[in-house]
Amino acid sequence: MVVTGLGVLSPNGHGLEAFERALRRGESGIRHVPELAELKFGCQVGGIPQGVDQIQGRYLSDEELFAMNPNMVYAAIAAIDAWTDAGLSRIAPDAEPDWNTGAVLGTGIGGIDTIAEKLAPKTDAGKVARLGSTMVEQIMSSGSSARVAGLLGLGNQVTTNSSACNTGTEAVVDAFLRIREGRAERMLAGGSEGHSKYIWAGFDAMKVLNRTKNDAPAEASRPLSASAAGFIPGSGAGVLMLESLDSARARGARIWAEVLGGHVNCGGHRQGGSMTAPNPTSVQRCIRGAVAMAGISASAIDLINGHLTATFADPHEVENWRAALEVSPEKLPLIQSTKSLIGHALGAAGGIECVASVLQLGRGFAHGSLNCEDLHPDLGRFAERVLHQTRDLPELRVVAKASFGFGDVNGCVIFQKYSE
Amino acid sequence: MTEQQVFEKVVSIIKPFAKAPEVLASAQMETSILKDLKVNSARLVDVVLEIEDAFEIEVKDEDADKVKTIGDAVKLILAAKA
Repeated sequence: MVVTGLGVLSPNGHGLEAFERALRRGESGIRHVPELAELKFGCQVGGIPQGVDQIQGRYLSDEELFAMNPNMVYAAIAAIDAWTDAGLSRIAPDAEPDWNTGAVLGTGIGGIDTIAEKLAPKTDAGKVARLGSTMVEQIMSSGSSARVAGLLGLGNQVTTNSSACNTGTEAVVDAFLRIREGRAERMLAGGSEGHSKYIWAGFDAMKVLNRTKNDAPAEASRPLSASAAGFIPGSGAGVLMLESLDSARARGARIWAEVLGGHVNCGGHRQGGSMTAPNPTSVQRCIRGAVAMAGISASAIDLINGHLTATFADPHEVENWRAALEVSPEKLPLIQSTKSLIGHALGAAGGIECVASVLQLGRGFAHGSLNCEDLHPDLGRFAERVLHQTRDLPELRVVAKASFGFGDVNGCVIFQKYSE
Repeated sequence: MTEQQVFEKVVSIIKPFAKAPEVLASAQMETSILKDLKVNSARLVDVVLEIEDAFEIEVKDEDADKVKTIGDAVKLILAAKA
């Protein structure tokens, strides 16, 4: 199983070249969001892809855009980019669909902005007849994957998964398993999330967003740090084209990386787990499950792209990695947080971070994590393993990527540099 | 408004929904909105809403159902404005 295409729309860059540059240079995509300040949010910064209004017309017609909210637009741009990057040509509108290609494109919150801004006000005002025809396709959970299916002519399974912050990584695992079962040759996999005060308000109300750095946006996302005070909300999309090796070879596709294995599970809100906290046993089982399926030893892992959001859970996550891999702290693989650069893109996080993982494998580098110079005191034993600065690592071979979400759900996937 | 002005306005309303822009460029009164312009049938609802807003009229569901061509829409609008 291999990755043959990548598409990314991130707060710190659209497209692989811009995203790689931002990762290498440690460019933050977190900016002040005036609307959040006006509405008295505690957290007034966020990660929003820039310049989408200027590029969306290159991807989507007026008729398509008329029926799409930001979540759907982001998913479509990243999916089309992944398709193009995979070297595939677009299927004509009057041609047969591609029966061998499907999509698992998840979202965490979906079209709640459409509900809040259009559906609810007009419905409550007795103006249902004024809603128009596009409400259902914008608010149905599968709206993003359904739109992508039409844009690309997908004829295999097309669905939207949702497992909160684990969504994007779960999508990759689900797509991986479908191809492995022989039910598809190619699957687009990843996640998307729009940006909206309505998506972010609930997290702000829970006081899980950092409200201490509104005057310094680039310093606001602080995973692994002693001064971590909550995550920064993000948005965007990350999509990978997963493909059977036979299919990729048959069409002479460029191969980014191998997918060696993946695992998803849930902690059942037991053993310390809850709706909002992970069961450490389930986290460790998930990581071990992915490593076991990959058929590698823990020592083969060179880099961990963690979930690492900047909540209280970061030190626990690092310890869970250590325990799952059964290594001493100084032997933990290098570990990084992409969220330090782009915030937590919720349902898009796993997709964007899987793209980051594969991109680093393909281009031979590992990006540094911002804002953890003041490493959390519980992580002192791991100090040498936390990447602060970007390193060129042409020898990088195996990256483990995990996501953990509300609901006590976990996902882990293992990527390996491809060699003939 | 003249019939020609109404016609041109209707064409501009349909434009974002038409998947056959080359047909729209030479549209006539008898041009079918669904068959010739390849407008998604679900989007007729949105075309009618935009017509209501643009011409400040109210279109009954049963009248909207009868609109098949650009000319049907133009006649409906002119009748409502009369």
